[in-house]
Amino acid sequence: MTVTLATPERESATHNKKGRRRSAAARQNLVGWLFVGPFAVVFLALLVLPIGFAFYLSMFQSSLIGGERFVLFDNYIKAFTDPSFLSGAWFVISFSLVLIPLQMAVSLAVALMLDIMTTRFARFSRLMIFMPYAIPTVIGALMWGFLYSSNFGPLAEIFGIFGATAPNFLSSNLIFYGLLNIVTWQWAGYYMIILYAALQGIDPTLYEAARIDGASQWQIVLRIKIPLIAPALLLILVFALIGTLQFFNEPKILQQLAAGAIPNDFTPNMYAYQQAFSLANDNYGSAISFALGAVVFICVYIFLFATRKRGSFIS
Amino acid sequence: MSVTPVERPKTRRASGKLVERRSDPRRVGGRIPLNIVLALLMIYFLIPFWWLIVNSSKDAASLFGGGSALWFGDNIDYVQNFTDLFTYSGGIYARWLGNSALYALAGGIGATVLAVLAGYGFAKYSFAGRRFGFAVILGAVMVPTTALVIPTFVLFAEAGLTNTIWAVILPTLLNPFGVYLMCVYARDAVPDELLDAARVDGAGEFRTFATVALPLLRPAMVTVLLLSVVSSWNNYFLPLVMLSDNRLFPVTVGIGLWQSTASSYGAAGGQTLWSIIILGSLVSVIPLIIAFLTLQRYWRGGLAIGSLK
Repeated sequence: MTVTLATPERESATHNKKGRRRSAAARQNLVGWLFVGPFAVVFLALLVLPIGFAFYLSMFQSSLIGGERFVLFDNYIKAFTDPSFLSGAWFVISFSLVLIPLQMAVSLAVALMLDIMTTRFARFSRLMIFMPYAIPTVIGALMWGFLYSSNFGPLAEIFGIFGATAPNFLSSNLIFYGLLNIVTWQWAGYYMIILYAALQGIDPTLYEAARIDGASQWQIVLRIKIPLIAPALLLILVFALIGTLQFFNEPKILQQLAAGAIPNDFTPNMYAYQQAFSLANDNYGSAISFALGAVVFICVYIFLFATRKRGSFIS
Repeated sequence: MSVTPVERPKTRRASGKLVERRSDPRRVGGRIPLNIVLALLMIYFLIPFWWLIVNSSKDAASLFGGGSALWFGDNIDYVQNFTDLFTYSGGIYARWLGNSALYALAGGIGATVLAVLAGYGFAKYSFAGRRFGFAVILGAVMVPTTALVIPTFVLFAEAGLTNTIWAVILPTLLNPFGVYLMCVYARDAVPDELLDAARVDGAGEFRTFATVALPLLRPAMVTVLLLSVVSSWNNYFLPLVMLSDNRLFPVTVGIGLWQSTASSYGAAGGQTLWSIIILGSLVSVIPLIIAFLTLQRYWRGGLAIGSLK
């Protein structure tokens, strides 16, 4: 957060030179804050306050006998030694490591294909591939749950044609891949549109110049297109990272269809939900939420900081 | 084909495409494999919709009694399923749809208004704390929203706001990414000279904003509105946590509830329920698909704003 703090004084210093300027600056100040103010209020009330409150709560423990008790970081120590939290965290991390490269590769490949195709069919398919984004994740998970299901699903049928047994994506062995497919299906189109729009923003005379220099289609892709859409790639990477680490809706919905494959501590978010609502343990639930939020924030921030030269997202 | 409301790339692209096509007519033939790949991808992305359309036509018997899961059964039962869907449990489904619309529109419009004002303020005024404020907002984009849900719930519980519509609408108003998008867009789309000209003509700051800046910001506004409406229509975790009265549920939580009821009956016991869950899922996705299709020329370009500097 301290990245961009370098130059705010410069402006006010020049403003102070003349009284007339100073009053103009004061006016700017007032009007600027009038515009930003309403959002600032919402921001304080719905982000700063809950986070602060969660942090406060997370430092207490309540029990039937002892009542509320200040325990400082005990809840965090408990979380980071709690096998339930750790296994959820490990699932989410390993899931991101597979999901994010896959998702980015799919969306980039489709965006690059669509960028060189100008047919009506290409335009239509662009819209159709994007369509899953408009679907609530709950409904998306439900649809795929049905497709996987042995009661409703066509999977058994399709594999039956080849005389094979269908894989059960709702079993504990394969649920990882079942979820991988759902999330990729849901988001690849959205990421594709972001990348596609960035590709459309590239000046085509660059391609002409490259072609005159003898560059092949592949060289244009690798040397011009991909480097120029690096900010967009970074943006979707950040989105994917934030989205995956807070995984909740899909496993929660599939839980009932996938008997036993998805326990209540499957992801950190599900665990926090269980702690706060099934077990009425607000303090521990808050600690997990806060720890999760902090870890995601720090990871993403470090990542953005490390790549800040290339991306425009935080520059 | 009007790709994007961001002006420059559009014209460039139009001329560029012309050159590209003329210079190499052979490439059209070479793209047949690409078309095949595209067709296969489309099948993958559309197959769940197809399943939903086909199976929402079935009665319980053909839903469970064999027959292809990817083709219609003997009876096309849309009418019966429709009636069941909208009469089940006192017609609560219609209420859920209404709730979803209310939450999505109130939250979405509110979030957009706040984002437009704040984004414009950040882009066009130099005020004390601007850089710090903007850095904080960028940081907030990275705070995972679900990590905020439980803390917000506990806070709202203290204030007696849980299990009211405000518990769902208020948190939706917070959209730091929308502010970021508006600011980035306003910086380029609203020239300072134009604002100065309006001021010289004697317009006050808010009049300048409303008459000069606002029309120029329309593409980004539609994008932010669409993104906020979609994310609140699709929201599940927040209303699941906040609401306990099922008459306040949005459609996502409602269908989740039906699904868990049907699952606990087992496949056999919950047969009627499964038919209406499937049709209910189909009905619930139709409004958003219509919104996207009608507004596509706005959002497609708008989504690029964040990635194009």
